[in-house]
Amino acid sequence: MAKRIDVSGLSAYYGSFRAIDDISMTVEPRSVTAFIGPSGCGKSTFLRTLNRMHEVTPGGRVEGKVMLDDEDLYGTGVDPVSVRRTIGMVFQRPNPFPTMSIYDNVAAGLRLNGDHKKSELDGIVEKSLRGANLWNEVKDRLNRPGSGLSGGQQQRLCIARAIAVEPQVLLMDEPCSALDPISTLAIEDLIGELTSRFTIVIVTHNMQQAARVSDRTAFFNLAEVGAPGKLVEIDDTERIFSNPSVQATEDYISGRFG
Amino acid sequence: MSQTVMADAAPVDASAPTASLHRPRLPRWAPLGLAAVAAALGTGIGLVAGLDSRIQWGLIAALLYVGLTAVLAGAVEGTRQAKDRLATSFIWVCFLLAVLPLASLIWETVARGVKVLDGYFLTHSMNGVITMEAGGGIYHALIGTLQQVGLATLIAAPVGLLTAIYLVEYGTGRLAKAVTFFVDVMTGIPSIVAGLFILSFWIIILDFGYSGFAGAMSLAILMMPIVVRSTEEMLKLVPNELREASLALGVPKWRTILKVVLPTAIGGITTGIMLAVARIAGESAPILLLVFGSASINGNPFEGAQSSLPYYVYEQWANGNEPSYDRAWAAALVLIAFVMILNLVARGIARWKAPKH
Repeated sequence: MAKRIDVSGLSAYYGSFRAIDDISMTVEPRSVTAFIGPSGCGKSTFLRTLNRMHEVTPGGRVEGKVMLDDEDLYGTGVDPVSVRRTIGMVFQRPNPFPTMSIYDNVAAGLRLNGDHKKSELDGIVEKSLRGANLWNEVKDRLNRPGSGLSGGQQQRLCIARAIAVEPQVLLMDEPCSALDPISTLAIEDLIGELTSRFTIVIVTHNMQQAARVSDRTAFFNLAEVGAPGKLVEIDDTERIFSNPSVQATEDYISGRFG
Repeated sequence: MSQTVMADAAPVDASAPTASLHRPRLPRWAPLGLAAVAAALGTGIGLVAGLDSRIQWGLIAALLYVGLTAVLAGAVEGTRQAKDRLATSFIWVCFLLAVLPLASLIWETVARGVKVLDGYFLTHSMNGVITMEAGGGIYHALIGTLQQVGLATLIAAPVGLLTAIYLVEYGTGRLAKAVTFFVDVMTGIPSIVAGLFILSFWIIILDFGYSGFAGAMSLAILMMPIVVRSTEEMLKLVPNELREASLALGVPKWRTILKVVLPTAIGGITTGIMLAVARIAGESAPILLLVFGSASINGNPFEGAQSSLPYYVYEQWANGNEPSYDRAWAAALVLIAFVMILNLVARGIARWKAPKH
């Protein structure tokens, strides 16, 4: 059920500003792909083009092709809402819905998309929370507000919320940058487990994290501030961190950047 | 270890090096004491100089308080603290000046209003009551106010709410700018103009008679921009991350607004609507023009003249005799209580609906 993403010649704009330029890459199913690169190089923008969240930003616009198996996400007649149901997303800052309980947060994606039987929902909520390694911590307080959890728990709640709708692909935009090392470890373990079911793309500033969790790593860079971000190279994580084919990648990874 | 020992010993030994951080301070009761002294001096000067107006006494006391605090703090605590005290005391004086009219208004209304305010007053109309005599009540006016304000809210709240949703969630470009501009213009419409508009449109051109509904329409015109403005502010407070989180779950935009954005802001939105209701409940000009006023009970807001609380106050006061004055004050008290209850309800809802932590 996890699907391959094939991007070709993709550019994204904010109004007239081109944020990323002509990116092509393939994301293999049931793998973890990490995006690394300096701030402002368009990693997050690129990630958001993969489930059509980029166009939610006023002025956001995309050129190029994103193929999910054999369907173009930007083809005519494609409904962005169903794209987002297929490709879920976890954000940088944990953002549980403040008016909803833990249970309702996890059930939100299903409830807001139509009616589900209570018994069915119970099962899905438990499965998702177990999948996000959160069940044991919250099973006795499912009716308490989700905003009462710690940052790391909130982020796992958001992951549970995202996987409850059974997406094919899970996009993660720096999911650990607001978390302490222990919560980060919990999320990284979780990513490892989720690979068996989902295709995962993760943006991170933490290169050790990229090395730990990902199968393939893509390095993004920009020529100068204000210039569009470009994909420098994408390769197996091991190769990127040991013997990258581009000098800029090695400079960035070894800290000789800029 | 030795550092810990020293830190423990420091507060005990006043002559230790840390004592240099201490500065002489005025005692905590100093501001209060100074206020008392200033009040006493103000009264004294007022009596000695034979000033008639208590307002002059108060102003002298206020100036003395600000001056004394600054001088004393300057002498004891130094310049920086003196400036701080000067600013603080000045702000307190301004606060009192602002609160004084409000407090005296409430005091006056309560003191005069309770005279005839009882169960009889609340449950009887002015039908057949000779205005020169005591008796009668505000039941008809109360019904009128509740119906007119209720109808106005039914018209203005949905329109205002939807306009605000359009402006915040969908509006871009010229149309949104134009709507915002006209909402701003509408905020400034005087109530009498709103009344005249409905009068010419509804009563003169379309030839309907006076009714509570006509008044409600003009009240709705006054209420709408307030609802739009307050709702807009509340919707803008909803973090964009929540919208994105919902959209990323594959929830359509309209459902996101309905199930995520509105519930998050509902407390503030309700408060805004309640405050708008409180604001229009006191309007008398459009009522005068469109509802005409009546001494008897009319439970049908769509036909015939009604009364309303602000109109009743005006009408009774215009009678110009003692029993009518009493009734006017009592009705004013009921109006204030009505507005205050609405405010409390709004606060209650805001607290109840606020996102919990």
